[in-house]
Amino acid sequence: MAKELWKGNEAIAEAAIRAGCDCFFGYPITPQSEVPEYMSVHLPKAGGVFVQSESEVAAINMVYGAAGAGMRAMTSSSSPGISLKQEGITYLAASELPCVIVNVMRGGPGLGTIQPGQGDYFQATRGGGNGDYRTVVLAPSNVQETVDFVQEAFDIADQYRSPVLVLADGLIGQMMEPIEWRAVPKRQLPPKDWAASGRKGRDHTNVINSLFLNPEECDALNQRLTLKYAEIEKNEVRWDTASCEDAEVLITAYGTPARIALTALDALREEGIRAGLFRPMTLWPFPEKALRDLASESHVKVILDVEMSSTGQMLDDVRLAVGGKKPIRYLGRAGGLIPTVEEMIESAKTALKEAQ
Amino acid sequence: MLKKIIISGFGGQGGLAIGKNLAEAGMEAGFHVTWAPSYGPEMRGGTANCSVVISTKPIGSPVFASSTELIALNEPSLEKFEAGVQPGGSVFVNCDVVTDQVRREDLTACYIPCAKTAEEVGSPKVGNMVMLGAYVAKTGFLKPETIETMIAQMFAGPKAKFVPLNIEAFRRGMACVR
Repeated sequence: MAKELWKGNEAIAEAAIRAGCDCFFGYPITPQSEVPEYMSVHLPKAGGVFVQSESEVAAINMVYGAAGAGMRAMTSSSSPGISLKQEGITYLAASELPCVIVNVMRGGPGLGTIQPGQGDYFQATRGGGNGDYRTVVLAPSNVQETVDFVQEAFDIADQYRSPVLVLADGLIGQMMEPIEWRAVPKRQLPPKDWAASGRKGRDHTNVINSLFLNPEECDALNQRLTLKYAEIEKNEVRWDTASCEDAEVLITAYGTPARIALTALDALREEGIRAGLFRPMTLWPFPEKALRDLASESHVKVILDVEMSSTGQMLDDVRLAVGGKKPIRYLGRAGGLIPTVEEMIESAKTALKEAQ
Repeated sequence: MLKKIIISGFGGQGGLAIGKNLAEAGMEAGFHVTWAPSYGPEMRGGTANCSVVISTKPIGSPVFASSTELIALNEPSLEKFEAGVQPGGSVFVNCDVVTDQVRREDLTACYIPCAKTAEEVGSPKVGNMVMLGAYVAKTGFLKPETIETMIAQMFAGPKAKFVPLNIEAFRRGMACVR
């Protein structure tokens, strides 16, 4: 198949259309505004509905309505806009509604910067809304993977009746890279017989709801969700590794820093330093066991976590997985800055020296 | 081979388009490519720029601190990015707009009269094709035919009449550095 040069944000929108997205509700914010822009032109042509809402809060609640009626619904935004959507996301999770939410992250906190960031890891993986819920979080590290993940996200959402988050960053959204429109494997999906899309002779009315005044009923929901999340943890966890077979220093990173780390690995290996990369592709479920097993290998002397975050967020999951078995160091750049190959090389060397 | 190119100029000068053309041509020629724009709040009258990487190996970082070549379409661009060019690198200066000279002696400077050449060819809009021609001829890693095929594909259908004009501008740009 021929390679085509696509801008990340436009590729996200095109991928959603190809995956059968029926409805898109969005509101502009840098660095993801090309997603709703592209959707506004192309989704109606494909028979779908595009609405530029009056706010991010309105957009996520429109997603709730459309998903409740059985539509493939989507919204996208960037960090501060995703914060505004959190109430809607917990309602979607509680009402067990499938939908796709794309966050093209920028630096924070607050309005922060329009440049790339990864400070929304906690919000994405721990749930930025109230209550006990999870959302599947897919973390692409190049434009090809982004279009593959966006297409698959709709199927994952429908399979588990759950919101699925695609967590990209401003660089992936803004950059252009060659991609192929390869076929994403289609899943066997259950019928949406729960949708509030007209009674059609059924003997009962479908109700979409997240309010349960009777504690037993709410407990039943919580138990059902817990089982569902266990199922997702069993089936959907994904990761990638590079040069890990003999790695002394193991870099952990996702998204943009992970692709930059691949260049750092080459340079470190040329200098005779055995470096490897462990890259979570799903942030929830986090590939905890895979990382624990790898970190337990005797050749791994130290772990270096790299993120576009000042404090380190995935770092918590790395610590939980490694369980104190090996020392962990951290390299973080924030405020819209991107960790460089040179910084990674330097930090990897320092980490290894300290570990020895 | 690893090319890290900064293309920078006023908004509307076609710098981002030159970058996109280079990335497209690199992709067609079988290289790995990335294109990343600056999307910051640039000051009016300042620079809009993009970073292009063309490589035989998969590309880690699409952004970089030091470039192998700089294409400077206006004065602030030369001022801002000259220092970041690797020793031995090349600077392509749009000398109809930029009156400053390249100061560093460890760089190869190519002064390309983009606007004047474009006028001679017949349209002020094809100045970016002149610069593209100069870059391709000087660096030598892309075949002129690849670019000319790409130009033919860019202007399809009712726009096909612009193909000869753009190809002529591209060839005149190549002649500038010979």
